[in-house]
Amino acid sequence: MKKILGFAAAIALSLAIVPASAADKLKVGFIYVGPVGDHGWSYQHDQGRKAIEEKFGDKVETTFVEKVAEGPDAERAIERLARKGSKLIFTTSFGFMEPTLKVAKRFPDVKFEHATGYKRSDNVSTYSSRFYEGRYIIGQIAAKQSKSGVAGYIASFPIPEVVRGINAFMLGAQSVNPDFKLKVVWVNSWFDPGKEADAAKVLIGQGADIITQHTDSTAPLQIAQEQGVHGFGQASDMIAFAPKAQLTSIIDDWASYYVSRTQAALDGTWKSEDTWGGLNEKMVVMADYTNLPDDVKKMAQETEAKITSGELHPFQGPITKQDGSVAAKEGETVAVGELLGMNWYVQGVDDQLPQ
Amino acid sequence: MDATQAVILTIITASTPLLLAAIGELVTERSGVLNLGVEGMMVMGAVCGFAAAYTTGNPYIGILAGVLGGVALAFFFAILTQTLATNQVATGLALTLLGLGLSGLIGESFVGLPGVKLQQLSIPFFSTIPFIGPILFGQDILVYTSVALIFGTTYVLFKTRIGLIIRSVGDNHNSAHALGYNVIAVRYACIMFGGACSGLAGAYLSLAYTPQWIENMTAGRGWVALALVVFSTWLPKRLAIGAYLFGAVWIMGLYVQALGFGIPSQFLSSLPYVVTIIALVIISGNKTLTRVNTPACIGQTFVPDR
Amino acid sequence: MKLVLEKRSEHSEFMTLMSPLLAIALTVFTGAIIFAVQGLNPFEALYVYFIEPLTSMWSLEEVFVKAAPLILIGAGLSVCYMANVWNIGAEGQLTMGAIVGSIVPIVFTSWQSPLTLVAMITLGALGGALYAAIPAFLKNRFNANEILTSLMLVYIAQLFLDWVVRGPWKDPKGFNFPQSIAFEGWQLFPTLGDGRVHIGIILAVIVVVILTVLMSRTLKGFEILVIGNSPRAGRFAGFSRKKIVWFCLLLSGGLAGIAGIGEVAGPSGQLQPTVSPGYGFTAIIVAFLGRLNPIGVLFAGIMLAITYIGGEAAQIDLGVSDKTAQVFQGILLFFILACDTLILYRIKMLTSTKQQSVAAE
Repeated sequence: MKKILGFAAAIALSLAIVPASAADKLKVGFIYVGPVGDHGWSYQHDQGRKAIEEKFGDKVETTFVEKVAEGPDAERAIERLARKGSKLIFTTSFGFMEPTLKVAKRFPDVKFEHATGYKRSDNVSTYSSRFYEGRYIIGQIAAKQSKSGVAGYIASFPIPEVVRGINAFMLGAQSVNPDFKLKVVWVNSWFDPGKEADAAKVLIGQGADIITQHTDSTAPLQIAQEQGVHGFGQASDMIAFAPKAQLTSIIDDWASYYVSRTQAALDGTWKSEDTWGGLNEKMVVMADYTNLPDDVKKMAQETEAKITSGELHPFQGPITKQDGSVAAKEGETVAVGELLGMNWYVQGVDDQLPQ
Repeated sequence: MDATQAVILTIITASTPLLLAAIGELVTERSGVLNLGVEGMMVMGAVCGFAAAYTTGNPYIGILAGVLGGVALAFFFAILTQTLATNQVATGLALTLLGLGLSGLIGESFVGLPGVKLQQLSIPFFSTIPFIGPILFGQDILVYTSVALIFGTTYVLFKTRIGLIIRSVGDNHNSAHALGYNVIAVRYACIMFGGACSGLAGAYLSLAYTPQWIENMTAGRGWVALALVVFSTWLPKRLAIGAYLFGAVWIMGLYVQALGFGIPSQFLSSLPYVVTIIALVIISGNKTLTRVNTPACIGQTFVPDR
Repeated sequence: MKLVLEKRSEHSEFMTLMSPLLAIALTVFTGAIIFAVQGLNPFEALYVYFIEPLTSMWSLEEVFVKAAPLILIGAGLSVCYMANVWNIGAEGQLTMGAIVGSIVPIVFTSWQSPLTLVAMITLGALGGALYAAIPAFLKNRFNANEILTSLMLVYIAQLFLDWVVRGPWKDPKGFNFPQSIAFEGWQLFPTLGDGRVHIGIILAVIVVVILTVLMSRTLKGFEILVIGNSPRAGRFAGFSRKKIVWFCLLLSGGLAGIAGIGEVAGPSGQLQPTVSPGYGFTAIIVAFLGRLNPIGVLFAGIMLAITYIGGEAAQIDLGVSDKTAQVFQGILLFFILACDTLILYRIKMLTSTKQQSVAAE
């Protein structure tokens, strides 16, 4: 009898878990494309979420849904967050663009923030990071440190952000060594450690002694360490995985942006806008420069300072495209629109871009 | 290290997990059981191996745990298909689903941790021979194991009484039963051997290939292993050729890309699968090759009459 | 003590109905244990998983959005498996259906008429069927194992889709991001009401009805049953195994293709690098849970859709990871298979004394 009573009580309890409290709390929701434990892209966004919790404590409540596929399922996951009372929702992958806009139309009083997209509306902001600023710096380091004059680049998908990174890396390298060579392997995945490791081995086998990646796993760095060459971390500080191989890492730091947007939502000053922040806004942070001689470290720090202050723009002319045409003349920089939709390589990249 | 040597070493690393998993499945199929759960057993091996190695700091304990993970899942499969006489195809698929989900759950707290790398066991003197030294004598224990398994299974299957029993159970379970062999027990043993090998393959992934744990890190290798068994026409030595061939195609796809010809990477990535299909077609189409070695009872349920 | 199977003289009708229910009950029970181990209130967790999705109109609609492709594919697969044709590459056929069906809106952008939709569905079915024709041909001509060929073709189809949306078919105004133009008007599946439920669910129900008639009332259905149960008897009856292989693969491929175009022209509204979150594989469970019977598949599809939606709700409400849903599905399939044994066999417990007497006989 006691058991049955317990059973009934439990059911009653379970039915009673309708959101009753939290009326004055701001609910902030997050949609991640990967598992929070990927130690890359989604992991860094989750760090941002934790920063919000830490900063605002009782004033906010955060929830997240991980591993949301970019497709029909995304719309439902976003809508569910909105229905569950989230008033500020961050959708953190490009593929969530259309679903975010669709849900935003149905929930005009909810504020949406979409990462890396280009479509906005009254209650949808977009934000992204100028990762390429960091790539210019690591390009310079690579050219200084490489003995063979060849670097290997493990790339995910040929979207503008990745292409921009390859070009910035190459321009940085060329500013040190005009004859620098870059080999690119596309692995068609953001996260496939086995394949990334194979790609790293192949690149090293073809003479690359610096490995860099625009994929999220730590495998390439581990291979670099194993084979006695060097590499760079991606998205988060990966020094724990390759203490002897990592030269630095380009860290995505969403914390400051997330905190400021949450503050704006709390204050009622939130409005739809586009943010494209880099080193200056602290959305891109360089990890400690390690395993480097002092002069190279100094050069990297100087470049970092120059980019931060705006004295140096990685896409400053003169820049020649792979096909020989001019992308930017002396004294000009590549136009923002051109940067956003970049689908060409600068001269010197040893690869052809799929069109 | 010159380029050719580097490529060969990379191919060996890519082929070893396929070879390990496939050799186990070969024995299982020789006893007349088709276990489609290789992918699931492999991924369980990977997570158990990683977890144990990370916790103890000893990769060899990791290998052992990987084997146990694979065997545990295989035992599950054996109970269902042998004792409860369920459909082997469906049960194998269920095993894969369960393995993928369960490993994700177990591994949740191990994501993003630096793993324990299985070190090379270089054989003194021999490993210093130029070129072939590192290839033949500078590998880790699992690579040696995979090679030993090829010769071991060939010997056991075709030169010993145990092998004869396994093959007769796979070729005609009714007459094997009539001769007094315990068909179910033999199949239990062969299924568990298959699980152990898949577990080894998984442990190789999470301890040697890329020393870390990521969900779904087998990425379809278990299925390739299954295809390799058909390709081999159930002969271990031919299986080795197939595994290294597949590894070579896989690595060449990346190699060609790095040379910068501008072939769409998606086409190069799909090449290994295309090659597998073609190989399957060639082997399966050749009646003399297959008929001799195909276990006649493969996939059939055996329930002893009473 | 030992478990021994004893063959029933005929199928147990009672067990045919009971076995899926028993399997679900066992899964729920096991699920409760899993939740308890994770430190959650099992009742609350089970409520969120299985009941909550049914409590609001919105999530109920979402259940149907998700069930539609599962039923379409599962119904086709159930016919396949009935005939012992093991197509497990429905995911690839779905992808190809999505690509081929999208030719209409992407290449003939301005064509807007009800016929547009008809053409898209037809081409989607054709794409899936033709892709399934490859394993059928290889099976019949070269005796290549269809399990392996159809599965390898999944990876190839997905990579092909990836190339298409990043290359020739990417939206020219899309800043080189991997997606096609957005479909409009008659290029989309009409929705029922203002939610996301689209005519896909109606198509699914129609397909279930047709397949039920096919399996129970036609000679083709009889052929499939005979060949599936006993290939030898089928040969004596003069039925062609090869024709059945063709029929089953084309049918299930075509249905998967329709499911594919339904995703693209339904909830997605454009072609993207991923079309489905693994519907082609989940449909395998649906087919078995539905006892390889089209009407059973209808219920099984809805059942699995509920666990999907519930799994998502659990992430938000309870902070449970999505892996739990996957484990659930795996366990469910296991229990179904184990319970199916009861239809064909009686399970007897032999104690050691009885065992001796059996051995002595």
